[in-house]
Amino acid sequence: MSRYDQMFQRLKTENAGAFIPFVTIGDPSLDRSYAIIRQLILSGADALELGLPFSDPIADGPTIQQANIRALESDVTTQDCLDVIARIRQEFPDTPIGLLLYSNLIMAKGLPTFYQDCANSGVDSVLVADVPVRESQPFRNAAKQAGIEPVFIVPPHVTDETLRAVASYSRGYTYLLSRAGVTGAETKANMPPEVMINKLLEYRAAPPVLGFGISSPTQVEQAISAGASGAISGSAIVNIIEQNLHDQNSLLEKLGKFVTEMKAATVRN
Amino acid sequence: MTLAVCSCQKLFVPALEQLEQAYIAAMDDDAFHSEFNALLKDYAGRPTPLTLCRNLTEGTKTKIYLKREDLLHGGAHKTNQVLGQALLTKRMGKTRVIAETGAGQHGVATALACALLGLEARIYMGAKDIDRQQPNVFRMKLMGAEVIPVTSGSGTLKDAVNEAMRDWASTYEESHYLLGTAAGPHPFPTIVRDFQKMIGEESKQQILAAEGKLPDMVLACVGGGSNAIGMFNDFIKEEAVKLVGVEPGGKGLDSGLHGAALAVIDKGIDSTGILHGAYTHIMQNPDGQIEESYSISAGLDYPAVGPQHAHLKAIGRADYVAINDDEALDAFQVLAKKEGIIPAVESSHALAYALKLAKESPEKEQVLLVNLSGRGDKDLAHVHAVLSEQNKQNTESK
Repeated sequence: MSRYDQMFQRLKTENAGAFIPFVTIGDPSLDRSYAIIRQLILSGADALELGLPFSDPIADGPTIQQANIRALESDVTTQDCLDVIARIRQEFPDTPIGLLLYSNLIMAKGLPTFYQDCANSGVDSVLVADVPVRESQPFRNAAKQAGIEPVFIVPPHVTDETLRAVASYSRGYTYLLSRAGVTGAETKANMPPEVMINKLLEYRAAPPVLGFGISSPTQVEQAISAGASGAISGSAIVNIIEQNLHDQNSLLEKLGKFVTEMKAATVRN
Repeated sequence: MTLAVCSCQKLFVPALEQLEQAYIAAMDDDAFHSEFNALLKDYAGRPTPLTLCRNLTEGTKTKIYLKREDLLHGGAHKTNQVLGQALLTKRMGKTRVIAETGAGQHGVATALACALLGLEARIYMGAKDIDRQQPNVFRMKLMGAEVIPVTSGSGTLKDAVNEAMRDWASTYEESHYLLGTAAGPHPFPTIVRDFQKMIGEESKQQILAAEGKLPDMVLACVGGGSNAIGMFNDFIKEEAVKLVGVEPGGKGLDSGLHGAALAVIDKGIDSTGILHGAYTHIMQNPDGQIEESYSISAGLDYPAVGPQHAHLKAIGRADYVAINDDEALDAFQVLAKKEGIIPAVESSHALAYALKLAKESPEKEQVLLVNLSGRGDKDLAHVHAVLSEQNKQNTESK
C-alpha cells in the first residue's frame, strides 16, 4: 500500500481530511528550506507538496514565482532538492511527499533517470505542471517504471473526456482546481466544487484534493465538507516565508501556527 | 516524443482546443478568407514589393532581392498574422486581446488591429525592452492599447510571454492570447505560419517574374521564427533553393551572450527541451533552467525557437547560422547608405549574412532573396546611442 493510501486510510479513522502544505525547495536557501519543511510536518501536515524551483514557472502567480527566484538565486540544483527530500524521508518514513515541477526539469535529466532519482530520494508522487493529460504518456510510463505515482490536475471547465482521463491516470490523489488561473492567495477560491468531486468519485479517481487559492481555515473546512479528501495550501504559506525572510525563528513559529490551524480545520464535525 | 510535436499548458488546453476549432472552421470559410485578404490589401498594403539592391553588392556577381515587409502598415511583417488572429478573436466572440511583445512590433501590430476591429488590447512588454523601444510603446498607447511593463526574470520577451500566459490562464473565456510568433503550444505555430505564408508565396511569383527562375537561397532572421517560416514555407518543396535562418549571435556564440538556439547545435550543444508549451530547441543549463538570451535586437531576444524551425533543422532542410551584434549593425548602416532603406535591426541580421556570402565569393553568380521583415525607425534611438558610444571609445583609444 502506498504512503498516500495509508494516509487516507488513517484519516478516515480520524474522520478528517488531509492538510497538504506547499513550499518551493531551496526557498530561501537549502538549509532554511530543510528546517521549514521539517516544521510543516512537525506542526501537523499530513503530506507535503514540494516545488522544484524553475526559471519560468508559468502556472504560478507572483508569490510562488518569487519563491522560485529566491531558490535559484541561491544556486539550488535539482539534485540539491532531491537531497533535501532524502534527509526529510529519513526522519519521516511515513509522510507522503509529492513533487510539483515543470517538464523541462525532467527532460534535462532524461525521463527514466529523473523518475528513478526521485524514487531513490523517497518521493511518492510527481505532478508536472505544464503537461496536460493528453500529452502525458511518456511521463506516466517513466513514473510507473520507477514506482512513482503520477498526479494530474483537473482543470476548471473540464470536458467529460478529460475528466475521465484524469480520473484513470492520476495516482495517489487527484488535484482539483478550485478556480481558473495561476496559483496564488491573491484570488479567492470559489466554493463549493461538489459536482466535480462527485463525478471523480463516480469515475473511481484517486482521492480528490482541492488546491489553488486556499489560504484560511474556513476554506479548508469548506473543501472538506464539499467532499474533498484534503486541501493544499501554497501561496499563503510562501507568503509567510516571504514576510519573515530576515528572521528564521519567527518564520518557523508563524508557519507552525498557521499549519496547526489549517490542520485543525480538516476534522469533520 | 519527436521534435515539432507541441506539448501544451494544461490550464488553458480548453482555450487551445477552442482556438484550433475556430481556426479550422475559418480556413473552410470563404467569407473569412475574403475579409482577411481585403484587410491585407486595402488596410495593410499587400502585396509588398520585391526590390533588387542596386549598389549593395557592387564588385560581386551576387544579386540581393529584398522582400519589403518593412513597407507593410505597422512597419513589419507582424501585421499579417495579427489581422488574421484578430479576425479569429471576433469569430470566437471574444472582446479582449492579450499579447506579448519584444521589439514592440508585435505589440504595435496588435494595437492597430484591435483599434481597427474594436477589441480591447493588453500588451505585456519586458521593462528592459520598453527602455529600448520607446517609440513603439508610444505608438501602442496612441492606438489605445494598455502596455504593461514586466520586471520579473530578465525583463525581456520570455518574461513577457510568461506574464501573458498567466493572464490568459484566468481570463480565456473572454480573452484571446494573440501570440506573436510561430512558437508556443499548438495550434499557434500552425496558425502563425499560415497567416504569414503569403510572404513566401508573393516572393516566389515576384522573383520568377524578375529573374525567370527561383533564387539560389532564401534568408530570414529567426527569433521565434514567424517571418522566416512565412518566407520559407512556399520554398520548402523547392529542393534546389537553400533556406537559411539567421539567428542573433549577440556578442558571439562562445561568449554565451546570444539568442541562437539552433546555430549552437553545430557546436555540439544538444538543447532540446520544453518551453512555453512547445518541445523544441532552447537555451538552458544542465538542470533545464532556461537561460537568458541576449541580442542587440529586442525582437530576436528569445531563448527558444519555433518548433517548425527545429524540425527543418532536424531534417536538414534549412540551415541556421548566427550573425553577431556588430555584423548586424554594419548591415543596418550599409543598407541605409547604399540603398536608402533603413532596416529593422532584426532584419539586418539576415541581410548581414547575405552580404557576408557575397563578399566571400565575389565571382560567384548567385541570387539571394532576403526577407526585410521590418523597418528600422523603432531602432534609431538605440542604434544612435550604441554607435555614439563606439565612436567615443574609438576616439579615446586613438
